[in-house]
Amino acid sequence: MGAIPQIAWLIAAVCFVLSLGGLSQHATARRGNMLGIIGMVLAIFAAFFAALEGEHALGITLAGQVLLVAALVTGGIAGAVLATRVGMTGMPQMVAILHSFVGLAAVLVGFSVFLSSWHVDPAITETVKSSVGPDLIHEIEIFLGVFIGGLTFTGSVIAWGKLEGKIDSKPLMIPGRHAINLVMLIACALLGIWFVQVGSFGAAMLALIVMLLLSFVFGAHLVMAIGGADMPVVVSMLNSYSGWAAAATGFMLSNDLLIITGALVGSSGAILSYIMCHAMNRSFVSVILGGFGTGSGGDAPGIDRGDQTFTSTSAEEVAQSLRDAKEVIVVPGYGMAVAQAQHPIREITELLQANGTRTRFAIHPVAGRLPGHMNVLLAEARLPYDLVLEMEEINVDFPSTDVVLVVGANDIVNPGALDDPSSPIYGMPVLEAWKAHNVVVFKRSMASGYSGVDNPLFYNDNTDMLFGDAKKSADEILQALRML
Amino acid sequence: MIIGAIKESAGGERRVAATPDSVKKLIKLGYDVVVESGCGIAANFPDSLYEMAGAKVQQDQQSVLQLADITIKVEAPQLEEINEIRENSTLISFVWPAKHPEQVDLLRRRKITTLAMDCVPRISRAQKLDALSSMANIAGYRAVIEAATEFGSFFTGQITAAGKVPPAKVLVIGAGVAGLSAIGTAKSLGAIVRAFDTRLAVKDQVKSMGADFLELEFKESGEGEGGYAKTMSAEFIAAEMELFAKQAKEVDIIVTTALIPGKPAPELITTEMVKSMKPGSVIVDLAAQNGGNCKLTEPDRKIVAHDVTIIGFTDLPSRLPTQASNLFANNIVNLLTDMTPGKDGLLKVNLEDQVVRGALVTHAGEVTWPPPKVPEPSPPPTQHSAEVATQPKLEIKPAKSWVHWIWTCGAVMASLLMLWLVGKYAPPEFVSHLTVFVLACFVGWQLVWNVTPALHTPLMSVTNAISGIIVIGGLLQVGRIWYGPSSLLAIFAVLIATINVVGGFLVTHRMLGMFRKQD
Repeated sequence: MGAIPQIAWLIAAVCFVLSLGGLSQHATARRGNMLGIIGMVLAIFAAFFAALEGEHALGITLAGQVLLVAALVTGGIAGAVLATRVGMTGMPQMVAILHSFVGLAAVLVGFSVFLSSWHVDPAITETVKSSVGPDLIHEIEIFLGVFIGGLTFTGSVIAWGKLEGKIDSKPLMIPGRHAINLVMLIACALLGIWFVQVGSFGAAMLALIVMLLLSFVFGAHLVMAIGGADMPVVVSMLNSYSGWAAAATGFMLSNDLLIITGALVGSSGAILSYIMCHAMNRSFVSVILGGFGTGSGGDAPGIDRGDQTFTSTSAEEVAQSLRDAKEVIVVPGYGMAVAQAQHPIREITELLQANGTRTRFAIHPVAGRLPGHMNVLLAEARLPYDLVLEMEEINVDFPSTDVVLVVGANDIVNPGALDDPSSPIYGMPVLEAWKAHNVVVFKRSMASGYSGVDNPLFYNDNTDMLFGDAKKSADEILQALRML
Repeated sequence: MIIGAIKESAGGERRVAATPDSVKKLIKLGYDVVVESGCGIAANFPDSLYEMAGAKVQQDQQSVLQLADITIKVEAPQLEEINEIRENSTLISFVWPAKHPEQVDLLRRRKITTLAMDCVPRISRAQKLDALSSMANIAGYRAVIEAATEFGSFFTGQITAAGKVPPAKVLVIGAGVAGLSAIGTAKSLGAIVRAFDTRLAVKDQVKSMGADFLELEFKESGEGEGGYAKTMSAEFIAAEMELFAKQAKEVDIIVTTALIPGKPAPELITTEMVKSMKPGSVIVDLAAQNGGNCKLTEPDRKIVAHDVTIIGFTDLPSRLPTQASNLFANNIVNLLTDMTPGKDGLLKVNLEDQVVRGALVTHAGEVTWPPPKVPEPSPPPTQHSAEVATQPKLEIKPAKSWVHWIWTCGAVMASLLMLWLVGKYAPPEFVSHLTVFVLACFVGWQLVWNVTPALHTPLMSVTNAISGIIVIGGLLQVGRIWYGPSSLLAIFAVLIATINVVGGFLVTHRMLGMFRKQD
């Protein structure tokens, strides 16, 4: 068969590059996804046939083929079920759990490669390295691949648990946690040296397993220490790791397609992490070290609000001012996703537009629990994407806006980020909602946001608070608008 | 509790303390509302509108006052009215306690709780119930309208077929609420507006309204307690008068709004200045009630002296009765909202509340005015915080870039060292894979930066799917002996990775299907 599989993989790699390129725009995004699918099908077929006539495997028996097909079909069905069942609110969890699968697969492949590079020599009934066997660099590749895979696996599982609400989203702060992490890393490095030098199969196996367990603990601990507010960064980071895990596997198997794809995914995740960190004015290192984002409400300490009070309003009054407005901007946050308020909000938008009011949406990069999460939720509510703008595009328009509806968002509209150097989120770019003539904040109570920072916006003269569940409030406004 | 709104007794007063809109809001707070028949007629609110809003209309004032637990009106009550108000009930209106000691004493004797809308402290929280500001705003507007009525020319400059019309020049003295309102109104009529104020803090506000701010070559700020002006030094006043004298020759209209709390209005426009003005010019003196800023002003009258019309009306808000009533009624609603925490129609007089304490003139048979002093600086202009904000940034920046440079150097050195080690020891095959890897990283970097943030979630799910490419790693690892541990692990890896591939692509497909453009 010659190098046919390699050629197929080359085409697949090109498909993947074009796939990511296609995602840059709404118009080409669907084509991008199709190209990705084509590339993947091509790659799997090529790999299947390569496996049938493989050099080192000398062909798979029929039973093996059946089993492989069965695995592909089972996995495919499981994936299809997952993908069709998940709601758009649950996308962060879905993405996190998919990352864990890549991590686990990388671990499994790593072990498989390790096992297949040793064989029982019948002459001395001892397991020795195969003649084609690993050289130093190959062993390092195996070791690294398993390490990255292991920490991606448990890290993603913990992230999934936190997003799903099965694990408390508060950061777990073990005293001396940085020291513990460091000790684990050093232990892994020492095990690695032992792994490549020890001559016996048993000892190498032991080193690999112990290191795997350490990497499991390391990954879990890393994510446990990060608070709910930093989840967008964590998910992007795990996205990146899953890519590096695939790339490491590619090095292990000397497969360029795996290397290319892993590198694409890895850098994609790295960029997303960077964008998220930038949008929160936090350094990547400080996010990874964890401890930020307590995830608990309550009043921020040390901030005396003295004689400042907030004005509360009613759905009817909001409906009235919306009806009179010429320009309306909606700022959605995670609260909207939790309350599932996007549907009534979309209906409000339609009514307002029919009334001649220009209604648009302003999305902060870290709104939600996943990069671009809000866009997907609004799309799910069948809101046209050209009404949905990014922070940079819309920030200049706030001063000429009549009404801003802040739905379940807090820190991303905090003016303290710009003018209060004592604020923990000082320097974070925010949506300058307070510059509008009137701001209506949908909120369950006066508790502070994920960062635990009090928000001066709520006490502004031009801010009205609309307390209650965001969906209920939105429904009431919708009702009132229809009555007008 | 029952709130009663009565007709104003002072001659010519057209305002009313409750409007049909405010009645609705008061009822929402849990109160019942009665109004005196005809109380809103002069402000264009007929009785029928009040009835529609849910208020009961009583034919005579006496029955309103007998029913009301809280009486609301606009102007300070007359002695006869106070005698009609029920004992132990509450009165909310303008009171001007310094000017009306007799009324205050009678209110005390009748054990009436009196809240004076003119005594609300000037703090940011109380802005929504600051009736003086509401009225000053209207007075400023009306002052310009009165001036325009008397002025014989356009405000705006025009070039017509018949010739060029120069724009009117307006000088506004005192840039408080009334002054700013006058500036805005004159500006929107098209005049060239100049403004003067002893408080330099208002310069930005004046400029934001589109007027030129006149400045003296003199360093003294007139910032007094509570954001009002204070009396200036003699040298300052001399310089100021020189400026006004010069301006008087140039401008067509002067609106004066200069007041110092507790003192007669400063005399700023002398007879000489009036004489120097062009014939047909207009002066509107908003300080007429306190003696006037112009020497020749006669309170409540419009006179013509030295060919200049001088308007000294003291009832300007009342000359815009609908608007004035609306704002005043809203101020009262806001006060009652604060004082009705339970929204149950029960008034709570909280003496700890700085706003209530400030407005309280008589309570439980005691005169509680003036309130104990709480020094309150005027709200600082916002530029102050902006200054604070820029400072630390400036300090951090150079240090950061220096550290950044060191790190960059270190990173480059470390990378070069690593590459050298790899080149020296690694097999050529590895280096060729490394080449592919590094180039792919750069391609990915370039590609993903172009992705619009709106598609970041689909991007993640697609990368999820394609990182399932690890499936081919599993496929290639399945050996001849399928039941060997190595093969079994690989088959399991294939299964898991396939979940990723199918799940990722499918969910992306679903998501992208949802994004649609507006029809």
